[in-house]
Amino acid sequence: MEHGAVTADFLGLTFNLSNVLMITVSSVIVFLIAVLATRTLSMRPGGMQNFLEWVVDFVKGIINSTMDWHTGGRFLALGLTLIMYIFVANMLGLPFAVVVDHNLWWKSPTADPTITLTLAVMVVALSHYYGVRMKGVKEYGAEFFKPMKFLFPLKIIEEFANTLTLGLRLYGNIFAGEMLLGLLVGLTKMGIFAGVLGIFPLIVWQGFSVFVGAIQAFIFTMLTMVYLAHKVSHDH
Amino acid sequence: MQNLILGAAAGGGLNTGDILYQLAAFLILLVLLRKFAWGPLMGIMKERQSHINSEIDAAEKSRQEAKSYLETQVAELKKAKEEAKSIIDNAKKQGEAQGEAIIKASRDEAERVKEAALAEIASEKEKAVATLRQEVAALSVKIASKVIAKELDESSQEKLINEYLQEVGESR
Repeated sequence: MEHGAVTADFLGLTFNLSNVLMITVSSVIVFLIAVLATRTLSMRPGGMQNFLEWVVDFVKGIINSTMDWHTGGRFLALGLTLIMYIFVANMLGLPFAVVVDHNLWWKSPTADPTITLTLAVMVVALSHYYGVRMKGVKEYGAEFFKPMKFLFPLKIIEEFANTLTLGLRLYGNIFAGEMLLGLLVGLTKMGIFAGVLGIFPLIVWQGFSVFVGAIQAFIFTMLTMVYLAHKVSHDH
Repeated sequence: MQNLILGAAAGGGLNTGDILYQLAAFLILLVLLRKFAWGPLMGIMKERQSHINSEIDAAEKSRQEAKSYLETQVAELKKAKEEAKSIIDNAKKQGEAQGEAIIKASRDEAERVKEAALAEIASEKEKAVATLRQEVAALSVKIASKVIAKELDESSQEKLINEYLQEVGESR
């Protein structure tokens, strides 16, 4: 199940063209869903507007469970974009994978640790940025020496651990899901008997992957808000 | 060994371009969605919320109004009922008093009329008796003078007296 990837060097940067393609596709899909759903807004919502308003309320619930709305309201757009982008990205790899010349082209962009860690680093960097901006450098710095001064090294390690776990959790779940999907597809190709027998676990695993993809999108957004709340709120 | 390097699972080396591309794509998506989707959506949700709030306030207000209106109506009705009752009581009392007064007046009147009638009857009777008395006296004088004027036998005398008496009776 090892697939290669087509890379291209441009301006001294290495691009994995599959990732570039899938990031673009995910972004466009999310953009289309969100914009089409909000084209005809009305006071009495129906159809897609209802769905999107449910998503908004869901993310509002996530934010409200970690911090008060006065501080957390500004993160609503971030949370909404994160949860929808990650969910769509997770779903993209489920129906099929496209392999051309042993190079994997169509997959979930979140099945690549580069992508998930980029998102994780972005979230943690944002949490530090908002920590400094909303509490001032002094109070922000003092947070690293609470509750005991000797815990400072642990606090530093925590920041890196947070970043790594946030990114790798998402990557691991989606990558493992796709890997097992690939293996099951391989099983169905081994013969008629194996094909008939293998289709059932394939269906089950696809259903489970939808669940996992949704849960991971929720967890990523939830943890984002938790980290932001840690840096931003005053009572910690 | 290369597969153990983070970010190198799908290809060799660190895909620095992917990192920048993902970052740029996400930030652009964030900005675009904030402008085209979340902004308007949040606007309409806020609008609906304020609409519902104002509707609830209005409903509460009209409910209060209805309640106070009902209270004043009930009080008014009670007052009107009491007033009507007092009016009826007064009227009844007045009617009774008036009726009694009328009965008393008519009784007095009847009494007065009766007494007047009795008095008139008595005076008429007296008058009649007096007239009769005069007439009888006059007749007696006449009869006596006639009897005296004529010398008659006993039978013709009697006949004459009867004649005169008859004459008197007829003229009465």
